[in-house]
Amino acid sequence: MITRWLLNKTDRGVLIMLAVILLLGFMVPALHLLTSPDSPVHVPAYAMALIGKYLCYAMLALSIDLIWGYCGILSLGHGAFFALGGYAMGMYLMRQIGSRGVYGHAELPDFMVFLNWTELPWYWYGFGWFGFALLMVLFVPGLLAFLFGFFAFRARVSGVHFSIITQALTFALMLAFFRNDMGFGGNNGLTDFKDILGFNLQAGGTRAALFGATCLGLAASLLICLAITRSRVGAVMTAIRDAESRTRFLGYRVEAFKLFAFTVSACIAGAAGALYVPQVGIINPSEFAPANSIEAVIWTAIGGRGTLFGPILGAVLVNFAKSWFTSALPDLWLFALGGLFLAVTLFLPNGLAGLFGRWTSARRRELPAAQPAAAE
Amino acid sequence: MTGRVWIAVATALLAFWLMLGRGMAADLTAEIGRLDTSSFTEKEKAIAAIAATGHARVAAVLTALSDNKLLIRKADRLAVIGEGKGTLRIENATTGEALGEAAETDLDKIAINNKIRRQLKTILGGLTLFSDDPAVRLKAANDIFRTRDLSSLEPLRNALAKEQDPPVKQVMAEALAALVLVSDAPEAEKLAAVLTVKARGDQDAISLLASIAQGSDAVARSAAETLRGLEWTRSLWAAVQNAVYGLSLGSVLLLAAIGLAITFGVMRVINMAHGEMVMIGAYVTFLVQDVLRNSAPFLLDQSLFIAIPLAFLITALIGMAIERGIIRFLYGRPLETLLATWGLSLILQQGVRSLFGPTNREVSTPSWMSGSIELGAISLTANRLAIIVFALLVFAGLLLLLRHTRFGLEMRAVTQNRPMANAMGIHTARIDAFTFGLGSGIAGIAGVALSQIDNVSPNLGQSYIIDSFMVVVFGGVGNLWGTLVAAFTLGIANKFLEPFAGAVLGKILVLVFIILFIQKRPRGLFALKGRAVEA
Repeated sequence: MITRWLLNKTDRGVLIMLAVILLLGFMVPALHLLTSPDSPVHVPAYAMALIGKYLCYAMLALSIDLIWGYCGILSLGHGAFFALGGYAMGMYLMRQIGSRGVYGHAELPDFMVFLNWTELPWYWYGFGWFGFALLMVLFVPGLLAFLFGFFAFRARVSGVHFSIITQALTFALMLAFFRNDMGFGGNNGLTDFKDILGFNLQAGGTRAALFGATCLGLAASLLICLAITRSRVGAVMTAIRDAESRTRFLGYRVEAFKLFAFTVSACIAGAAGALYVPQVGIINPSEFAPANSIEAVIWTAIGGRGTLFGPILGAVLVNFAKSWFTSALPDLWLFALGGLFLAVTLFLPNGLAGLFGRWTSARRRELPAAQPAAAE
Repeated sequence: MTGRVWIAVATALLAFWLMLGRGMAADLTAEIGRLDTSSFTEKEKAIAAIAATGHARVAAVLTALSDNKLLIRKADRLAVIGEGKGTLRIENATTGEALGEAAETDLDKIAINNKIRRQLKTILGGLTLFSDDPAVRLKAANDIFRTRDLSSLEPLRNALAKEQDPPVKQVMAEALAALVLVSDAPEAEKLAAVLTVKARGDQDAISLLASIAQGSDAVARSAAETLRGLEWTRSLWAAVQNAVYGLSLGSVLLLAAIGLAITFGVMRVINMAHGEMVMIGAYVTFLVQDVLRNSAPFLLDQSLFIAIPLAFLITALIGMAIERGIIRFLYGRPLETLLATWGLSLILQQGVRSLFGPTNREVSTPSWMSGSIELGAISLTANRLAIIVFALLVFAGLLLLLRHTRFGLEMRAVTQNRPMANAMGIHTARIDAFTFGLGSGIAGIAGVALSQIDNVSPNLGQSYIIDSFMVVVFGGVGNLWGTLVAAFTLGIANKFLEPFAGAVLGKILVLVFIILFIQKRPRGLFALKGRAVEA
C-alpha cells in the first residue's frame, strides 16, 4: 500500500533520492565495517563522518525547503533550531560522560565543576535518559518555533521583516549561549563525548550505526515532507506561497498553515542537529551564527526549492565543494560561495532541480520563475 | 608634643619667610652645613632654618633630604645632591651646579628618622601650597583633601588666606573643611564644613562624608543626609553619562542604518552588503591617510574632510553598479535580493581581505578629534562627540534632500506608491539606481566615521549589520524620523541595560524586545499608512 502511495503521489526525483539515501545508509556502513582498510572500496571513518555531516545538513536544507519552497517563508534563523536540537543531544551525551570527565565529578559536567557549580541546574534534569533527550530534540525547537511563529504570523510579519527577525532570533540565542552562566558550556560548548547508549562513540560500529540512523532520519524527513506537501494542507501552503492575500480571502486561516509548516520544519531541523552532534563530536554557540543559517538557505536555493530532492542535492554538493575549497584554495572559498549566491538567484531561480526539469521532458512541477506580482 | 612645637616653629618660620618675600636669601649653604651632625634634634632645627631662608633651592634640598639623596662629600664636607647608584652624578646642593661624578663610598648619607620625615612632609606640603604654579597649589590642596593629614592644617589656613586664584582658593577651602571635619573643632564649624564638602560633591567628598556619617551627633546626621543627597546627584550624573554614551552608540547606529532605511523604503529590498559599504568607506579613509602621509603630511589633520566626499563617491558608484548589475534583475523578489546581496557581501569581504590582509589597519585620529571634554561630573571623548554631531548633520542633510529637491520628491513618491509614481511620469528605474547609490554613499561616509572609533578590518561591516537591521525594522520605513528615534532608542536602551544586565545580556534583552515589538507593530514605529502599505 505504501508502495502504491509512493508511486502514485510522487515524482521520480524524490523516489530516486529516497533510494539513493537508503542505499547509502546500507552501503557506506557495510563498506566501512566489512572491508579491510587497504581495500579499494573501503570507506574510511573520516569519510563516513563527513558524508554523515553532509546528510545532516541535507536534513536542515530540507526543513528550510518545506517552509521556503512550499510556503514562501524565508527563515534566516533556521540554524537556531538545528543548534537547539544539537544542544539537546549534546546534553544527553554530556550526562553519559559521568565521572570520566577531567575533574571526575560524578554528576556535574566538567565546565560546571570549573565554574564552581555545586548542583545540576533544573533544566539539565532528565537528560541522562535517552528517551527524554530525544523528546527534547523535537520539543525544544518545535516549541520555540511554535511560540515565535504564533506571534509573528498572527501579527502578519512576513517577507523581509520575518527574515530579519529570525536572524535577530538566532543572533540573540548565539549571544545567550556564549554566556557561561547559561549553563551550556559557554564559548566551548559541549564536547569530549564518550559514548551513546553505552556504545563507544569512537568505535567503528557506533559510527556506522549513527550514519545509518542519519540516513533513516533523512529518509523519514523526506517522507514526512512528501506527505505534507502532497496533502490538502500542502496545497494550501503552496497557495499561500503564490498568493497569500488571495488565499486569506478564500477563507483559509493563513497563519495556522504557516505555523504548522514552521513548527514541523523546526522539528526536522532539531532532529538534524541531534544527528549531527554525535558525529562531529562538538556543539558550540557558533552554530547559532546568522551566517550559518543564511548558508543553509543557499543550499536549498542551489538544489532547487519547491522540489524535495533538490535541497538534499544542494546541501551535499555545496558542502562537498566547501570541504574541497577550504583545503585546496581557502582564500577562494568565500568568492565561490558568494558567486554561488549570485549565480543561483540571478540565473537559476529554480536551482539545479530546475535545470534537470528543463532537460527532461517529464512532468515537472515548477516554481513559476517570475511570480505574478499582481497576485497579492 | 615636640613634633607639634616644631611644626609650629616651622610654620612660623615659613610665614616669616613669606613675609620677607622670596630672594632675600640668608646663607643657605651655612644652614645646610648644620645638617652635617648626628643629633636629630639639631637636624630638625637646621631643617626649620633652611625652610626659613626662603631660598629658591629650599624645595630641591628638602626633597633630596627626604629621598635620602642629600649627601655630604667626605673630601670637603660639601653638601651635594646625588643621583644614581654606585657612581653618582652629583651637584652642589646650594647652587645646583653639576660637580661631575663621585663614588658612593666617597659620600656620607644624612640619616633622618620618622619624625624628621613628617616634618619634611609638612614643610614640603606647605611649600607646594605656596608654589608659584597654580596647578601645583591645586594638586597640593587636593592631596590634603584626600590624605586629611591634620599637620597640614596651619599651612593650609595661611595659604588659603593668601590665595588669589578663585578655583584654587575653592579647593583649598574644601581641603580645609575636610581637615576641620576630622579634627576636634567645635560642632558649628564642622556643620559649616559639611556644607563646603557637599559643594565639592565628587567621589572623594562622598568617601569623606561616609567615613564620618556614623554616629548620632548633629555632624554625623548632617553628613549622612548630605551623603544621601550627593549619591542621588551622582546617580543622576551616571544616568546622564549613560544617556550620552547611548546617544553616541545611537548616532553610530543611525549612520549605519539610515542608508539601509532609505533603500528599504524605496525599493523594499534589504541590502545585506550594506555593512560592506561601511567597511569600504573605512578603507577609503585608510587609503586617503596613507596617500597623504606620503605626499602631503600637512593635510593629514584634514584627511577626514577629503575622505568623506571620496568615500561617498566611491561607495555610491559601487552601489549604483550593484543596483544596475544585480538588483534590477531581481525586481519584485525581495527574498532573492537578500540572498544575492549576501553573496555579494561575502565577495566584497573576501576581496578586501585579499587586497589589504585580514588584520586591522591603522587609521589615525586628527588632533582636533582627540582628547576629551569635561561636562559636569562626566568626561566625553571628543571623537564620540564629533560622531554625534556628524550623524545629526548627515541626518539633517538627508532630510533637506528629501524635502526640498526634485530627486527627494520623486523618491518619496516612489516610496509611497510605486505604480502610481510610475504612471505620473517618474522614471522609477533611475530613482532606484540613485536611491541605491545614495544609501550606499551614506554607508560609505558612516565608514569614515566608524574608522575613528572601531578597528578597520574586513569584518567591520558585519558587526553593525544586524544592529542596523534592527534599527530599520524598529523604526519603520518611509520616514527618516523613525530611523532617528529607533537608533537613539536602541542606543540608549543598550547603554542603560549594560550596568545591571551586562553588555551581552543587555543586547539580548534589546533583541528580544524588538522581536516582541514587531509582533505589536509589524511595520515599525513610523509606518506608512494607506493603500501603498500592502503592496
